[in-house]
Amino acid sequence: MGAQLRIYRQKIKSAQTTKKITRAMELISASRIQKAQARLTSAAPYSQALTRAVSAVATGSNVDHPLTTEAPNARRAAVVVFTSDRGLAGAFSSQVMRENGELTERLTREGKEIVYYLVGRKAVQYFAFRQRASEQQWMGSSDRPEVETAQEIATALIEHFLKPYEEGGVDEIHIVHNQFVSLVSQVPQVVRLLPLEVVEADEYPASNEVLPLYEFEPHGFEVLDALLPAFIENRIFAAMLSSAAAEHAARQKAMKSATDNADKLIQQYTRLANNARQAEITQQISEIVGGADALVSAK
Amino acid sequence: MAVLTVRVVASDREVWAGEANMVVARTSEGELGVLPGHEPFLGVLAAAGEVRIHTADDGIIVANAEGGFLSVEHNTVMVVARQAALAE
Repeated sequence: MGAQLRIYRQKIKSAQTTKKITRAMELISASRIQKAQARLTSAAPYSQALTRAVSAVATGSNVDHPLTTEAPNARRAAVVVFTSDRGLAGAFSSQVMRENGELTERLTREGKEIVYYLVGRKAVQYFAFRQRASEQQWMGSSDRPEVETAQEIATALIEHFLKPYEEGGVDEIHIVHNQFVSLVSQVPQVVRLLPLEVVEADEYPASNEVLPLYEFEPHGFEVLDALLPAFIENRIFAAMLSSAAAEHAARQKAMKSATDNADKLIQQYTRLANNARQAEITQQISEIVGGADALVSAK
Repeated sequence: MAVLTVRVVASDREVWAGEANMVVARTSEGELGVLPGHEPFLGVLAAAGEVRIHTADDGIIVANAEGGFLSVEHNTVMVVARQAALAE
């Protein structure tokens, strides 16, 4: 077998192996999207109930809570970045990092110092490679977020937020994450988490009616005090769930195009290999014919 | 007679939804019973947040809603907690 032909055959083999892997990953992601989406929808009633309750207290009683009070001149901000743990998901993590870059630039321009909280191994690697400092990191559950992790993050954030500036506390907290829009579209989003702006989110329409005047027990402030941490935790958990669904969708899309690409490569190399084989045969025939001619004329 | 629409919601799913004649819960201030026509109410549940739901078909369902809250409006009762479960 000719050297050229052998090389082509090797390349076809390798493309076929790659294709098997990417195909498998595509199918795995496709099945996980379903589950992630189901979790996203089943978590919605809780978010709705919490949002409604929090806005009821906020509008129904004139209470000032530290978590909703804006600092007169914010000097330090915390940014929470949600990425995936693994790569092979197209621009999933890099688009969040890019969004984060823009936010960083804006906050720096406003004269704010920035503290980072990272969720997902990709963000941690990104920061480690650039030797940038971060306050706290969470890894290992980006594709299947747990309520416990959200709780941990929320507790850390609230604690940091309530500390006065002089002791290293932050004046505002932003989160950057991928929003699951549809199977083909995941959009990076920046939301200011704290201080809270209590408005009913656009995601939950059908509650435009005026909220009734509630009776609070024990009092407006205590109720708000109990609700707000849960509300913040829920916001974080929702971001994690949305990010997880988006991650699977992004990975499925990326792996689908990788599989298609492998198909194209295999086809190209097969054509080239056929060409090489035919050229080899043609050459052998002309060698035989030439040799026979030489023998005839030598007689 | 009017009935209450009750929903028990946990952070990751809806635990129970249905109709009831009465809901009894313990808030941080004391025991509280909710009948149809109750005024709008929002209360924080006590540490052992046990909620008894007297369903429309005369059954009793007990839900554990630790560290949650209870809201009542327009004959709709929401029991919301990070971790809510139905007790046996």
